Amino acid sequence: MATDETLQFRDPDAAEEIVDRLDGLMAEIGEPVSVMHVCGSHEQAIAKFGLRTMLPDGLSIRMGPGCPVCVTNMPEVDEAVALANGGVTVATYGDMYQVPGTSGSLADASARGAPVEVVYSASEAVELAEENPDEEVVFFATGFETTAAPTAAVLTDDPPENFSVLSAHKYVPPAMEVVAELPDTDIDGFLAAGHAATITGYGLFEEFVSEYETPVVVGGFEPLDVLLGLERLLEYTSEDAVGLENAYPRCVTREGNSTALETMWEVFEPVAGEWRGIAEIPGANLALREAYAEYNARERFDIAPDSGEADPLSEQCLCGDIMAGTADPDDCELFGEECTPEDPVGACMVSSEGPCKIWLEYGGQPDI
Amino acid sequence: MCLGIPGEVLEIDGHEARAEFWNVEKTVRLDIVGETVQEGDYILNHAGFAIRKLPDDEVQETMEIYESFLEGDEDEALEEIGAEDEQLEFGERPAAVERQRAVTDGPGDRRTPQEGTDGD
Repeated sequence: MATDETLQFRDPDAAEEIVDRLDGLMAEIGEPVSVMHVCGSHEQAIAKFGLRTMLPDGLSIRMGPGCPVCVTNMPEVDEAVALANGGVTVATYGDMYQVPGTSGSLADASARGAPVEVVYSASEAVELAEENPDEEVVFFATGFETTAAPTAAVLTDDPPENFSVLSAHKYVPPAMEVVAELPDTDIDGFLAAGHAATITGYGLFEEFVSEYETPVVVGGFEPLDVLLGLERLLEYTSEDAVGLENAYPRCVTREGNSTALETMWEVFEPVAGEWRGIAEIPGANLALREAYAEYNARERFDIAPDSGEADPLSEQCLCGDIMAGTADPDDCELFGEECTPEDPVGACMVSSEGPCKIWLEYGGQPDI
Repeated sequence: MCLGIPGEVLEIDGHEARAEFWNVEKTVRLDIVGETVQEGDYILNHAGFAIRKLPDDEVQETMEIYESFLEGDEDEALEEIGAEDEQLEFGERPAAVERQRAVTDGPGDRRTPQEGTDGD
């Protein structure tokens, strides 16, 4: 019972049919079209299944700021490293562990004996604090709405006094606006992230669509989902129209998850913040509200990051340009040479959602 | 960190649940799922929290899509659910999907007692 239906999401005939339609639409449009996705899982699907090689000439898929680890700013990593170096236990997601700050990563700090723990959830960080009541435990909290809501949930659930949060959470919608306005980023349509939209709801993009006159399709991450998302976006472009569609209804609704959103906005407020390599973006960082100041690591500790010299190689790193959709991983001279998952220079080579790591793993634009 | 993973709720204790992801069991928080979740329901787990209850009529298709997507990337899926030392068992459909289809007549129905969850 499962097999036939499972295959339909990868059915090569169905894929070819959609690609034929993409060909036809591109012929109709008669000029290059750029579509941007803002989700590491989309990039994984695109690279893993070699979808770029199937696309008609002139249609390019750009990567947007869809990797939360990649856009976490270096000074935020420096804060976490400074806390750990000062003897405070820093708990963080595995994806953040190796991300280089100005003078090393949390992994480097751990190797020097600093207390760093990898956790898989905000709850685990709280458990760590409960199990070690004599230690201060700081959860270095990163990620978009899908992890910000869980961080908020543990803060509204009366965490222990020795627990606090160093928030590097990011909020995607304002970043899409900034990227849409970047002069070098001429985007004809956005393939929006399915899972973040599970929380925010796709209705959130209505304003974006009308203000930037750019179509948005919320898409799933199976190969055919991605191709169908592209087809819908090209339909809009060919008709010179804009619109918003939810092509991922099994996980995304118009309203989103109101409980998660309420919890998130109770604890966090949107503030301006630097997205690594992109820009300072108004309202795109999530800071703890005053009511939760007692759990704010920035209030609790006097954090003095080491102002050491950055790795000189980091100046050549194109992570920011890649996140802004203006460069591909293989445009970077360090890609796969000085910068590898084992010894990363930039965050894009660290995270499983990082485009550089994905391209290195799947060969960038592999044959089908 | 971006990819949610669907699993079946086996047992609920307050705002925590034991959930099964292709024969790997993990604790999942239900605080922010925003819907009433019962044993036998399927949820989308993201970093230890259920962020959506899958509608009954979408469970089978969703599980198949995820299996198809995760195949070959099992390690990453295990990392997502915080169970690096375990093994996902794809192939056989999770028994619960069949079980659930068999006992669910419509939204809100109470399900029959779960089978095979005594290994929790």
